[in-house]
Amino acid sequence: MIIGKRKPLAEIARMVEPFRKICILGCGTCAAVCLSGGEREAVETASALSILLQKKGKEVEITARTLLRQCEYEFIDEFAGTMPDCDVFLSLACGVGVQALTARLPQKIFLPGLNTTFMGYPLEQGVWTENCLGCGNCILDLTMGICPIARCAKSMLNGPCGGSQNGKCEINKDMDCAWHLIYERLANMGALDRMKAIQPPMDWSASHHGGPRTMIREDMRIGTGEQA
Amino acid sequence: MEPASRLEKILSSGHFAVTGELGPPKSADVRLLKQKAEALRNHLDSFNITDNQAAVVRASSIGIAAILINMGLEPNVQMTVRDRNRIALQSDVLGAVSFGCRNFLCLQGDHAGLGSEPQSKNVNDIDSVQLLQALKNMRDKGVFISGEKLDHPLPRIFIGAVANPFADPFAYRHIRLAKKIAAGAQFIQTQGIFDFERFERWMEKVREMGLHKKAYIMGGVIPIKSVSACRFMQNNIPGMLLPEELVDRIKGSQDKKKEGIRIAVETIQRLKETEGVAGVHIMAIGWEEAMLEIVESAGLYPRPSLD
Repeated sequence: MIIGKRKPLAEIARMVEPFRKICILGCGTCAAVCLSGGEREAVETASALSILLQKKGKEVEITARTLLRQCEYEFIDEFAGTMPDCDVFLSLACGVGVQALTARLPQKIFLPGLNTTFMGYPLEQGVWTENCLGCGNCILDLTMGICPIARCAKSMLNGPCGGSQNGKCEINKDMDCAWHLIYERLANMGALDRMKAIQPPMDWSASHHGGPRTMIREDMRIGTGEQA
Repeated sequence: MEPASRLEKILSSGHFAVTGELGPPKSADVRLLKQKAEALRNHLDSFNITDNQAAVVRASSIGIAAILINMGLEPNVQMTVRDRNRIALQSDVLGAVSFGCRNFLCLQGDHAGLGSEPQSKNVNDIDSVQLLQALKNMRDKGVFISGEKLDHPLPRIFIGAVANPFADPFAYRHIRLAKKIAAGAQFIQTQGIFDFERFERWMEKVREMGLHKKAYIMGGVIPIKSVSACRFMQNNIPGMLLPEELVDRIKGSQDKKKEGIRIAVETIQRLKETEGVAGVHIMAIGWEEAMLEIVESAGLYPRPSLD
């Protein structure tokens, strides 16, 4: 899922400075699961922001609403019918949600209340870790399920660099060396031979380096697929 | 085949080679660097010019290599994949070869987060193994990574890589070396050696695989001049192993600098006696003058004349 971290309240306060009627928009999917921008956080943010702005002597009206998913038109359209009257929306969804709302409701302003950080999963309650960069060329088969593109600080493809010590990365002693993990995984699976093969340079054109990506499934499009 | 450089000539003729590191300045003023290079003219076979070492912005490795060439000295151009993509790396090799650079050392590079511009974007388009392969293919097949052909064949270049026997997983370190050699490395410079027992264990594996016959292994030597220098290396240089006994030895000595030089000379003596070690690479970070005494005391001076 997509992990994000709510922006500091002071930064949010600066963003909403020109507005009086503000609606905080929670997102009921990823942002809710990573405890950053779900219904509960939307309500909390609304109340904390009200207190902060009132202390500054600012007259504001802050409400909170939550969409099940801000990243799908279906849910946005449903929300549009009962949209509260306000000057600005502060979305607590990821950057995808903010942009989907903007594209579908172009007459409104949606501000980002979240810093979208990565794709990952919770390791334990309160701890999330990054695993995937969406590079467009998955090689998890080669490494047996541990991604060096996302998890090696240097995105190396040919084994650990000289900064790997005691299983940890050179940039942070708390960070696992992805290649150490891969080495141990391959050793456990009797596949250490894979560490010997030279992996060719990555094709980054399939990643974000080729500009924003679009996926089209002609067979699934209404009016062009088999249904037509 | 005609050796590509003085360094290759020294190594291929069976002499124990001596290279040393010269760090470019954090400015465009090269007066001091030229003085240091001049002083070492007859003591080193080739000068490694570091590439924004420790991810700290400095004058470019290739720019400084040009200065050495103008002085009649031989540079060993260090190239990390941290700051340049494959377009820039391949282009820089062509540019450097065009004015006479012949030795290239391919490295991954310390992470930018550890250096002077921690907010910068780490490039890492290709990795160090892939850079070795790219250089080899440019030279031997006349093609770039894309497969596109060079318009003219590349003159012979001598390709190097680094190896760190002190990094983990230890059991993989000689395999990684084999991989680098298969990719194109002809000479290897190791991380600074302080833990000789571990270096020996690594060399045993290297010899077992016959890697010392496929590439010239040069042992890394770092002279240490103080206890704080030891602590700095232990805490700040990635992949360094500096045993406490050595720190105690520096601590207990009257003249710490002399002791540091003595330790470096002893290391070189042991390296000379280690089967499969073809030379030494001295990294006297900011203490280049120490190299004069080290090379002389280790019995490596004068350097062989090949002309």
